[in-house]
Amino acid sequence: MSHQPSAMSLVRFTLNGAVVDITAHPLKRLLDVLREECGLTGTKEGCGEGECGACTVLVNGEPVCACLVPFAHARDAEVLTIEGLHGDHPLQRAFVLEGGAQCGICTPGMILAALVLGENPPIEKLRAGLAGNLCRCTGYEAIYRSVATAWNDGDVAAKRRGAGAGA
Amino acid sequence: MSVVGHSVPRKDGAAKVGGTAKYVDDITMPGMLYGRTIRATIPSGRITSIRFDFDTTGFTIVDHRDIPGRNVVALIADDQPCLVEREVRHVAEAVVLLAHQDREKLLQANVVIEYQKTEPVFDPEFSPQVLKHLLIEKGKLSRGFAAADLVLEGVYRTGHQEHVYIEPNGFIAVPEPGGGITVHGSLQCPFYVHKALTHLLGLPDDQVRVIQTEPGGGFGGKEEYPSLIAGHAALLALKAHRPVKIVYDRAEDMWATTKRHPSIVRHRTGVKQNGKLVAMEVEVILDGGAYVTLSPVVLSRGCIHAAGPYRCNHIRIDGRAMFTNTNPNGAFRGFGAPQTEFAVEAHLDRIAEVLGMDPVRLRALNALKPGDTTATGQTLGSDCSALMVLKEAAKRSGWSRKRKAWKGTNRGIGLALFYHGSGFTGAGEVRLASKCSLATTADGVRILVASTEIGQGTRTMHAQIVADTLGVPYDLVEVAVPDTAGVPDSGPTVASRTCMVVGRILERCAQEMKAQLAGLDPAEHYRRHGPMIITKQYEPPPGIVWDEEHYVGDAYATYSWGCDVAEVALDPDTYEVKTTKMTLVHEFGRPIHPVLSRGQIEGGTAQGVGFATLEQVVMREGAMLNAQLTNYTIPTTLDTPRMDTIMLENHYPYGPFGAKGVGEIPMDGPAPAIVNAMRHLGLDVREVPAMPERLMAASRSLMANPATSRLP
Repeated sequence: MSHQPSAMSLVRFTLNGAVVDITAHPLKRLLDVLREECGLTGTKEGCGEGECGACTVLVNGEPVCACLVPFAHARDAEVLTIEGLHGDHPLQRAFVLEGGAQCGICTPGMILAALVLGENPPIEKLRAGLAGNLCRCTGYEAIYRSVATAWNDGDVAAKRRGAGAGA
Repeated sequence: MSVVGHSVPRKDGAAKVGGTAKYVDDITMPGMLYGRTIRATIPSGRITSIRFDFDTTGFTIVDHRDIPGRNVVALIADDQPCLVEREVRHVAEAVVLLAHQDREKLLQANVVIEYQKTEPVFDPEFSPQVLKHLLIEKGKLSRGFAAADLVLEGVYRTGHQEHVYIEPNGFIAVPEPGGGITVHGSLQCPFYVHKALTHLLGLPDDQVRVIQTEPGGGFGGKEEYPSLIAGHAALLALKAHRPVKIVYDRAEDMWATTKRHPSIVRHRTGVKQNGKLVAMEVEVILDGGAYVTLSPVVLSRGCIHAAGPYRCNHIRIDGRAMFTNTNPNGAFRGFGAPQTEFAVEAHLDRIAEVLGMDPVRLRALNALKPGDTTATGQTLGSDCSALMVLKEAAKRSGWSRKRKAWKGTNRGIGLALFYHGSGFTGAGEVRLASKCSLATTADGVRILVASTEIGQGTRTMHAQIVADTLGVPYDLVEVAVPDTAGVPDSGPTVASRTCMVVGRILERCAQEMKAQLAGLDPAEHYRRHGPMIITKQYEPPPGIVWDEEHYVGDAYATYSWGCDVAEVALDPDTYEVKTTKMTLVHEFGRPIHPVLSRGQIEGGTAQGVGFATLEQVVMREGAMLNAQLTNYTIPTTLDTPRMDTIMLENHYPYGPFGAKGVGEIPMDGPAPAIVNAMRHLGLDVREVPAMPERLMAASRSLMANPATSRLP
């Protein structure tokens, strides 16, 4: 959305580990600021009403729908988007190998939602923890297998030890 | 090293998990405007006036008078306009297009349309206008019924279903200096869009270019409707002389685009006391909506599958698609078969109940076997696996034990046996005459096909087929972006055809390339001789005969087979039935990539669970009332059952490495399996989605009249 320049705010926050100063309207959706002002299009819009979870990002370690958060709320916060995992997080690798990603549009949000659940979440915790993230392709079973593999597969685990990113 | 049959990393995996894959809304262009569609708000009538109630400075405004070619969405019939001229046939029909560089100004623009309303038709059974009629006849029905000990009738209904690909539809149109147009968009069928644009814009083929962006899901929902959006974006871009992006929000996408055809299916079946089916009379009615679009073909596939995978000598299937004043209903995974297979499978459990026979036994007695003929008179060969999947599903799920132990409890178990024809119906593949190319490159080879990756794994699976046929590493096979200026027309990405049909043509390309390489690896050959391009066209398997006029013969080159067992639990207070587990046994030749194949089965099953119990499109005055994800609910992790998935192999000699189609068949089984599990609970359900209020009514009728409500 475009807004009157006079109403713009300068907001400093931490984005994927780096401090950034971004100017935008304080009520602009965090989703749009990430995609437009920050150029990070890995965060997707699926519904714009907080139902599908495709725009999930972590704000201070908590998963939020970036379509529901006004930009001003990012002030001084730590924001993690899919780009902050640099493509080599064990969850990312496992989602490729185990079929957790099909069309890929829910995948960034799904991976961030799974990240919050920690290592080896029990299946019921995983199902409850991902209940706010809709996937229309997989029927979720491959997502469960991806999360399990991320934390258990030796090859992926080795990658994990080498990877610095994480929540 | 062989890769077919192994789950290699998918070609598009890293970009998708890294967030770098570019979907249409991720792309911006210099000077780009945003486009918006102004739509009709009545289901039937005439436009009497259009008023622009805003300052139009800086806006590009397009209506039907700006169309340089023909005002049609060219597909099967040319009856659907791209922009309404005067007559409105459904709510959400596009009337006027606006573009502006400022999205807020665009959204605030108010266009007032006045109408003279006419009486709409919403009920397909009472529609005076037949969109398509067809008849399938085998044997002589009266002779079959004369031999019957018992005749059972029933009516079964299914509702609209919305695709809910998580990425809404969108396009960017870019005007080219020479007067041509390039569109980038989320789509399944680049050459459908190409054809539609050449007609709409009156441009020659080489002045229209269609490029696929990464689509965030399709499921049939991006088969025909993208032609309309691409047309809208192109008209705006040509008038504005600037790129124009149209991306729908979720509400517009749900309100304006196609849905699965609602169906009404009547069965009248003659059975012997021993369970043998002797006569099947089926009437199929589909709600086609306001324009022809793909309804004739959906009706065709639906009718061909309407008698189920069963042997019966006397069958009559009468199908009609009817015009109504709603959005045109369209392609959705399964394409008519989920509707008709729901009906026949729910009906079969009622027959089993009346006969006092176990549903597995009734199916085993009648299931098609090699040598049997289908409703269209197609004689099946060794590629028929109905009994194999049925027996495996019954064994694997613990059917007999659970069926007995759960009787009279709040748990139920039910099953469905089903099949699905791979590829286009009848002579469709011959008419399509799809072409594929394979080219050598400096690094290896490049696949050139119009088949799109929509999540199902097209790129990966095609690369596996080519790698193994050529004997080169998988990593050296790259797949070109579907771009009508750069790839041959390998047909639409639909109908469970991308692996079996397109994959087979690619296999033949690779075989010929291998012969011509004469032992050199492709990159070495490229260095020595320059690029080599091999192009092959579809060739039908031998012995396929189809009579389009009478609907007799080999309706499909082959079929895939499935048996689903659903386990459900009833909450006696809320009447919610939760599907707790599904056992899924599928035979589709051979999985080229087990992880991707399993993903098709599990994902299709989840959509089937939604179709069965959750997804209710509420229509009011011809429009979707619940066009948002808040109250049109698709299965979440908590609504989706755990799945036990078994992929049985029965290699098909005319598919690549023995493969058949797997994309659609998983959609056919869940709804009848779940409804049959509800019947095991004592609930007589004949309509999906089986919402709690429907189950409560079924339960009340059972309590009011326990003796008859479970009998015909």
